[in-house]
Amino acid sequence: MLDVRGLKKVYEGSGRRVEAVRDLTFTVDAGELVCLVGPSGCGKTTLLKCMGGLLAPTAGQVLLEGREVTGPPPGTAFVFQEYGRSLFPWMRVGQNVELPLKQMDFSKAERREAVADALRSVGLTDAAEAYPWQLSGGMQQRVAIARALAYQPRVLLMDEPFAAVDAQTRADLEDLVRRLWRERGITILFVTHDIDEAVYLGERVIVLSASPTVVREQLKVDLPDERDQLHTRVAPRFAELRTRVYEQIQAAKRGAPVVAESAGKDLSPPH
Amino acid sequence: MRRFLLRLAFTVALPAVLLAVWWAASDSSTDVYWPPLRTILKTFPDVWTAERLRTDALPSVLRLAGGYATAAVAGVALGTVIGSYRRVRAVCEPVLEFLRAVPPPVLIPVIMLFAGIGDTMKVVVIASGCVWPVLLNTVEGVRAVDSVMAETARSYGITGAARLRHVVLRSASPQIFAGLRQALSIGIILMVISEMFAASSGLGFTVVQFQRGFAIPDMWTGILVLGLLGFLLSVVFQLVERRALGWYHGLRDSTRRSR
Amino acid sequence: MKGVNSALGAAGLAAFLALGEAVPRLGLVKEAYFPPTSRIAEALGNELADAAFWTALGDTLTGWAVGLAVAACAGIVVGVVVSVVPYLREATASTIEFLRPIPSVALIPLAVLLYGNELRSVLLLVVYASFWQVLIQTMYGVQDVDPVADETARSYGLGPWARIRYVLWPTALPYVMTGLRLAAAVALILTITAELVIGSPGLGARIAIAQSSQAVPDMYALIVVTGVLGLLINVGARSVERRALAWHQSVRGEVMV
Repeated sequence: MLDVRGLKKVYEGSGRRVEAVRDLTFTVDAGELVCLVGPSGCGKTTLLKCMGGLLAPTAGQVLLEGREVTGPPPGTAFVFQEYGRSLFPWMRVGQNVELPLKQMDFSKAERREAVADALRSVGLTDAAEAYPWQLSGGMQQRVAIARALAYQPRVLLMDEPFAAVDAQTRADLEDLVRRLWRERGITILFVTHDIDEAVYLGERVIVLSASPTVVREQLKVDLPDERDQLHTRVAPRFAELRTRVYEQIQAAKRGAPVVAESAGKDLSPPH
Repeated sequence: MRRFLLRLAFTVALPAVLLAVWWAASDSSTDVYWPPLRTILKTFPDVWTAERLRTDALPSVLRLAGGYATAAVAGVALGTVIGSYRRVRAVCEPVLEFLRAVPPPVLIPVIMLFAGIGDTMKVVVIASGCVWPVLLNTVEGVRAVDSVMAETARSYGITGAARLRHVVLRSASPQIFAGLRQALSIGIILMVISEMFAASSGLGFTVVQFQRGFAIPDMWTGILVLGLLGFLLSVVFQLVERRALGWYHGLRDSTRRSR
Repeated sequence: MKGVNSALGAAGLAAFLALGEAVPRLGLVKEAYFPPTSRIAEALGNELADAAFWTALGDTLTGWAVGLAVAACAGIVVGVVVSVVPYLREATASTIEFLRPIPSVALIPLAVLLYGNELRSVLLLVVYASFWQVLIQTMYGVQDVDPVADETARSYGLGPWARIRYVLWPTALPYVMTGLRLAAAVALILTITAELVIGSPGLGARIAIAQSSQAVPDMYALIVVTGVLGLLINVGARSVERRALAWHQSVRGEVMV
C-alpha cells in the first residue's frame, strides 16, 4: 500500500542546514496498523508529512499504491496533534466534519448521513451542534478523527494525536482507534513518542533513530488481536516488547550504531 | 431580577448625575457659548425636524455608507490578494506604509480638484480614508492564518475558492473587523469634515452654518446629533460584529477561562 | 530573505514613483490635477527652502506633542483609577461607551467659537480624540492583570502602591504602549485636520493656503510631508514600544478596539 524508499529531508534556511531525515525505507501493507516510535526530535512529524504529501522530500520517494506522492493524495487523511488548531473554530462540529465532503460527489443527504455515521462511530452523536472550543480536549480529537473517518480514507496518518490529551482520555482514544481500524480496515500509520501506546496499538512497531533519522528496528507485535487496557498491558509478552522498544530508543538517544542485521528487517516469522 | 436592576443602576447612574450637573451648572448661564442645557434641549425638536433630518442627516449618512462600503469591498479584496502572496506583499509594503500614514483629511483639497464639491467628492474622500485600515488589517489577517489550519485544509484537498471562503477569510475575520471598526471612526470624521469644508447640505455643513450664524443653541444641538450618530453607528457595528464573530468571542472566553 | 524583501519593496516604491511621473505626462490624467512626480519633488524642494514651512512644521509638531502628552497622562491616570477602584468601572462603562464614538470633529465649531485659531482649539480636538485611545487600552491592560499574580504579591505583604508598581504596571504596559501608538497616529490626524479646517498655524493651514491659491504641486508636496511625518511617528512609536517592552515576551496583537 505505502512504500517509503530512501526518504531524505534536509531543511535549509538562514545559513543552517539540518538533515532531519537521512534514509528511511519501509513498507506498510494495506489494512495494517503500524506505529512509529523514536526519540524526540527524530523527524517523525517530518516523515509523516512527507508521506501525506504536505512536505516534499529532498530525496527518495513515497509511493501510495504504486504511484508517487507529490501532493496530498485523495484518500489520505491526516490527524494532527494540535486539535485546537486543526478544527475550524468558526464552524460547528457537524460542519467541521462535513467540510472535506463538500468537494466530493455527495448529495446533501449523503453528506449528512456520513457525518452522523462518523460522529456515531466516535461516540459524539449529540455534539454536532456544539463548537469545537466548547468541548474538552479528548472530545475535540474525537471530532478530528470523525472528520477523517467521514472522508472515507484508505490511509490514515496520525501525528502524535493523543500527546496533548490526559492519560485516561488517551486510553479511551487508543481503544477507539483500534476499534475503528478493525471495523473499517483502514491502513493506519500512527506516530507517537509513547512506547506503551505504540506496542499496545500496533501490529508492527518501527523504531526510528535519532536525527538524522534512519530505521533502527522493526518489531512485529504478536499480541492477540483482542486487546484491552487492563489485561494486555500486564501480559508478559507486552512487557518484553515494550522493553525491547525502550532499549532501542535509549540506544538511539545515546547514538549507538544501528545493528545492521535487524534494521529494516521484520523480526517476525515469515508471512 | 436583583442583578438586572443593579446593572441598570450602574448603566444609568453616572450619565444621570452628569446630565444633572450639566443642567444645574448651566441653568443660570449667561455665557453665550455655554447656553443652559434646558435651552439646548428645548431648541432640539425645533431645529431637527423631520424635514431637516431628511435634507441634511440622510445625505450625510448615505455618503458615509457609500464611501464605507466601497472602502470595505476594495480593502478586503485588495488585502486578500496582497496578503496571500508573499512577494506581492514585499513589493507593496513600503508604498502602502507611506500611503496609510498620510492623514486622510489632507486629501480633501486634492480630491476637490477633480471631484468638485458634490456628493462624489465626499464619497471619494470617505472611501480614500477608510480603505487603509481595512486593507492593512486584511493583509495581516490573511497572512497570519494558522499553519496547522492551513495544512489541515491542504491535506483534505481544500484549495482555491473554497479555501479562501471557508478557511482564509473566516480565519482573518476578527482582524478584518478590527480594521472595519477603525475605518468607521475615520469615515465619520471624514464625513463631517468634508461637509464642513465644502458642501451645501449635510450634518457637518449644518453645524458650521449655525456656528457662523452665531446660533449657539442650534450649534449645540448639532453637536449632540453628531454625537448620537457616532454612538448609534457604534452600537449597530457592535451588533453586527457580535453576530459575525460569535465564534471568536466564545473561543476567546473559553481560552481565558482555562488560563 | 530579508534582503530580498527589502529589494522588492524598493522596487515597488520606485515603480510607484515612476508611475507617478509617467501617468500625468502621458495624458492619462490631467496634469493640472495630478502633477508628475518630478514637479512635486521640485515643489518639495522649494518648501524645504522656505522658512515659513519650517515654522508651520514646528507648529504642527507642537500641537501634536502637547495634545498627545496631555491625553496620555489623562488617559493613563483615569484608566488606572477607573479599573482599580471597585465599582467605578461598571459605573463609568455606559458613559465611556457613549462618549467614545463621538467624533471629535463635532467639536470644531465649538473650538472655533471659544479659541478661534489659537493652539488651544487644536488641543481641544487632539486631546479629546487621543484620550480615548489611551484610556481604552489602559483599561484593557489593567483588567488583564492575572489575579493569581496579584494574590501572590498580596500574600507576600506588598501594599497597594507596590502592587501597582510591580504587578499591575508591567502587565498593563504593553497595552498602554499600544494605546500610545494609536493615540499618536490619531493626534497627528486631528492636528492636521484642525489646522486645515480652522486655520490654526501649521502644515494643515499651509495646505489650505496652497489650495486656495491653486498651487497644486505645493499641495502635493505638503501632503508628502505629512505622510512622511505620519510614517516617522508610526516607526518611532513602534521602536519606542519595542525598546520599552524588550523584557516582555509580548506577542500580543492589537486588542480589538
